[in-house]
Amino acid sequence: MSVENKSSAALQALASILVSAMIGIAIYGAFIWAPNEKTMGFLQRIFYFHAASGQVMILAFSIVFIGNVCYLLRRKPEWDWLATSAVEVGLVFNTISLVTGPIWAKPAWGIWWDWDARLTSTFVLWILYIAYLLLRRLIENPERRAVVSSVFGVFAFLDVPLVYFSIWWWRTQHPPPLIFKPGGLSPEMLKVFMFTMASLSALMVIMIWQRYKLESLRHTVEELKIEAEYRNDGGAR
Amino acid sequence: MNHFGSVVAAYMFIWGILMVYQFSVSRRVSNLRQEVERLKETLERGKRN
Repeated sequence: MSVENKSSAALQALASILVSAMIGIAIYGAFIWAPNEKTMGFLQRIFYFHAASGQVMILAFSIVFIGNVCYLLRRKPEWDWLATSAVEVGLVFNTISLVTGPIWAKPAWGIWWDWDARLTSTFVLWILYIAYLLLRRLIENPERRAVVSSVFGVFAFLDVPLVYFSIWWWRTQHPPPLIFKPGGLSPEMLKVFMFTMASLSALMVIMIWQRYKLESLRHTVEELKIEAEYRNDGGAR
Repeated sequence: MNHFGSVVAAYMFIWGILMVYQFSVSRRVSNLRQEVERLKETLERGKRN
């Protein structure tokens, strides 16, 4: 392992320890420090990680959008690697919000799911980014793959503002944001929520960083394969 | 309302999916590292020959 790789691995290990500690504190806050909510009681404790996952998902897909636009403008593969990495990580948080939502909804609303604007647009977002990853598998040429998926990614991102603003634009089963509203969250609940969001955002950064490394290794493999093929051809001549 | 089971199920799902994803990335990175090493060795052998 080179010195650069060693220092990068050490930095990653340190960051992982820090983020694990942050998440430990967030769990303590969500389960013990935050007071019980009056109407929903213990069930409301799902909110801290459910809502924070939704916000982190939007953050991750915004990184995808930046990566896609920058790739189309500059044609540097690193932007494509960043976008692909952020898609996978965004999908993890998208899945968390899609699954924990119904677990909360069933006892709170009496139904698992409702095809309202917020839930439907979040589900559509999940399908769009799954399609993004599937599309990449269909194209072998790396440059063509990057261009096609970047264009697709820019269009897929159009759903993100719909997800975010749906609770303001339409009447939905999903509750409107109570975070900064008077009578919404108590100061302790708000602190726990903000800290959970910071912890999950830090986790998202580490996950994208790791996934980016994978993409860079994949590129190295592709380059080595081309070199090996070139040498084989030279040997044959 | 208590719904302890729902809260446990939600958090188990969160940690479950995060761990599965982490494991999947680590496995893919390790496979690619092995492939890089194998290709480098093949190229080195080619150079020597």
